[in-house]
Amino acid sequence: MDENYAIEMLNITKRFPGIIANDNITLQLRRGEIHALLGENGAGKSTLMSVLFGLYQAEEGVIKKDGVEVQIKDPNDATALGIGMVHQHFKLIECFTVLDNIILGVETTKLGFLQKAEARRKVTELIDRYGLNVDLDAKIEDVTVGMQQRTEILKMLYRENEILIFDEPTAVLTPQEIEELMHIMRNLVAEGKSILFISHKLNEIMEVADRCTVLRKGKYVGTVSIAETSKEALSRMMVGRDVEFVVQKDEAKPKDVVLDVRGLTVASRTHPNDAVKGVDFQVRAGEIVCVAGIDGNGQTELVYGITGLENAKAGTITLCGHDITHAPIRRRNAELSHIPEDRHKHGLVLDYTLEDNMVLESYFDPRFVTKAGFLRRRAIREYAEGLIEQYDVRSGQGPVTIARAMSGGNQQKAIVAREIDKSPELLIAVQPTRGLDVGAIEYIHRQIVAQRDNGMAVLLVSLELDEVMSLSDRILVMYEGEIVGELDPKTTTVEEMGLYMAGAKRKGA
Amino acid sequence: MKQKRSILRNKGVQSLISSLLCILIGLLVGYIALLIINPEGAWDSIIAILKNFLNATKPSIQLKNLGNTLVKTAPLLMCALSVLFAYKVGLFNIGAAGQYVIGAATCLYLTLGAGMPWWAAFIIAALAGGVLGAISGALKAYCNVNVVISCIMLNWISLYGANLILGKVKEATSPYTLVLSSTNPGGVIPSLGLGELFGGNQYVGLAIPLAIIVAILIWVLLEKTKLGYELKATGLNPNAAKYCGMKERRNVILTMFIAGALAGMGAAMFYLTGYEQWQTTQASVPAMGFNGIAAAFLGGLNPIGAIFASYFIQHITSGGAYVDLTMYSSQTSDLISSLIIYLCGFVLFFKSFIDTRLDRKQEKELQKARAAEDSAGDSEDNEKGGDE
Repeated sequence: MDENYAIEMLNITKRFPGIIANDNITLQLRRGEIHALLGENGAGKSTLMSVLFGLYQAEEGVIKKDGVEVQIKDPNDATALGIGMVHQHFKLIECFTVLDNIILGVETTKLGFLQKAEARRKVTELIDRYGLNVDLDAKIEDVTVGMQQRTEILKMLYRENEILIFDEPTAVLTPQEIEELMHIMRNLVAEGKSILFISHKLNEIMEVADRCTVLRKGKYVGTVSIAETSKEALSRMMVGRDVEFVVQKDEAKPKDVVLDVRGLTVASRTHPNDAVKGVDFQVRAGEIVCVAGIDGNGQTELVYGITGLENAKAGTITLCGHDITHAPIRRRNAELSHIPEDRHKHGLVLDYTLEDNMVLESYFDPRFVTKAGFLRRRAIREYAEGLIEQYDVRSGQGPVTIARAMSGGNQQKAIVAREIDKSPELLIAVQPTRGLDVGAIEYIHRQIVAQRDNGMAVLLVSLELDEVMSLSDRILVMYEGEIVGELDPKTTTVEEMGLYMAGAKRKGA
Repeated sequence: MKQKRSILRNKGVQSLISSLLCILIGLLVGYIALLIINPEGAWDSIIAILKNFLNATKPSIQLKNLGNTLVKTAPLLMCALSVLFAYKVGLFNIGAAGQYVIGAATCLYLTLGAGMPWWAAFIIAALAGGVLGAISGALKAYCNVNVVISCIMLNWISLYGANLILGKVKEATSPYTLVLSSTNPGGVIPSLGLGELFGGNQYVGLAIPLAIIVAILIWVLLEKTKLGYELKATGLNPNAAKYCGMKERRNVILTMFIAGALAGMGAAMFYLTGYEQWQTTQASVPAMGFNGIAAAFLGGLNPIGAIFASYFIQHITSGGAYVDLTMYSSQTSDLISSLIIYLCGFVLFFKSFIDTRLDRKQEKELQKARAAEDSAGDSEDNEKGGDE
């Protein structure tokens, strides 16, 4: 066996009640390579990493560090072995400076006093060596997501970790920041670090990784050298069949204006500035308009303003010819459907059954309630069963399954079913495919296009550039609460969109 | 789904087992407390508490005492319903005590002072309790004031308010309110001949079956109606309720109104029997409302369960009166019943305990099963894995 493996996970099996999360999986990370770990949601990537981190104990299999078998019982063992991780959601303290965050937990002290100068020297050295651009004295809450990520990387380097795990690191970055991250990753391996890169984005894996291990449904599919494979081959390994990368759709045939937003301003819950600043746009029947942008640039509040979850501070919203700026939510819901960004927060009552969730927006309809106010249980059951079959929502006990017990993909399908079945004039879909696997994404995309073709107006908010490019008929880019550009997906490029998203370019300027 | 679900996974069975466990542990802790205070009479005392009305020797006295326990069970059940109704909607109505007090003050003043018939006083008492609850609800809905805090403050306001109002209808020589049956016989809840069944207990009457009917109505409201669907959704996920256009503010206020009305009604069910006079100098809120919290949890937060839980708690509380006072101070009985009631609050804890135990057992069994079929499965998996 090759002597050059930094870490080896051999024949790892980890079971949970009723499911084998990892079934005889082998992952070998060479020293100085970028090794991608590819798989859909639920393929077992997180479980495997949790085993490596000591959060779970594998029932079978061994872990070797530099060819020597090791026991990793808890995260402290992992840290002692030089394994570090950049989590998808950063573990940083917002009101501390970058430097404080880096040294947190391993501060050098003398008689109980912090020796920050010493730490600063060491961190500065690391910054120079790996080309990581951060402002050590800025507070985390004031710096960009990219810099927060570099802070996380510095945390690992400061702890002299040798094996660096990046968990979906590009999800929150602009295309330009992704470029920079790739560059940093190459620097790191050049200096002898080894990187495990968890992702489901094939383009990035093709660009930066040396080798790739693919998991599917808890099983090991194989390890391939990136130089000898293609994007198509990888996706086949990941999904088990061919996947269409491009959503099949005809030219849009926009008709009447359905949604007309004029000067809409929405206050922010988190900071004194307005989250949405005087936005104007229209959505017509039969077109998909996509709001693109980096997370937190006012997209969420824009949707809240239109759907009524947040009050409009100024401006008007006209839906199908009548002013709904101050209309109650239920009146708006009669003509618009909303697939919410956070399915657990808004989309479902998790402790209700699937059937009760299916009628969340129609329980008051005479179909489902008698004049005296009693629920028509049988009608609700039949309706829910119909939707479950039509939209292939899978669950343990059918309509009486508690929503909390369903998988994320099926929860999302249930919401999509409920919202589309209302056949509204306007469909607002916010990140409709977040956290879903390729199969479910394909399905939901096809549904959205089908609704467009039926003459529905669709307003799509997405952070996934691929989704934006493939699904939309028009793209509006939001930056700091304003629409800074309107692009045509047929003529624009991801790079151009990135410039707008990062505020480097705006229309008319 | 081929493996069969353990019967212990059933929510109803879990509630029942947890409640029984709580009772058992409560009795045990109570027994230990008695042992510490005075080991000699501990066993006899705990038996006396459990026997309650059976301590009497003559069957007719036993029946009469059972009647007394039931008379007090009715208001406790109403307080339990008040707490559990609010709880289902995500609100912790610790104000049942205050709403109960306002109900008591209203019904007593209206019957003793204004000479109203029992049914009018009964309805107005319920409304008064409801209004007090709605105040907490409105504070929550419009100013986001924590319901627990506003309820506790209102509890004290109601207590002293009640003392003040009832001071106008008290006996000249004592701090107690006038005797209802002699002052206004029309103010007493009719017995409907039920008293005869309990050894001629004059206090047993309409209130007891009425409380049970209300419990069933609350169950129907929560489980079968549109309003119940809406209120529960609001309680479980206020964001989703707003998202689908429910009026979550109205729902919060309405919930607290109904909860308050239940507690107020409970007070009328008790004080309008004439069983007890209100002491206008009392400086603590009657325990009824607080015991309602324990009864609600012990009953598994189910209106029907609350019927039994309320009876049990009242049984223990009344049984406390039979503790041998030569060996224990008179507060000991309160201590023991409080300990048991306190432990009743742990029902939810035991429920999750049962669940984790089952999870672990299931995992172990699964591992065993896997180990058995492993040798066969391994080779197949490897073949599948390698060919891509």
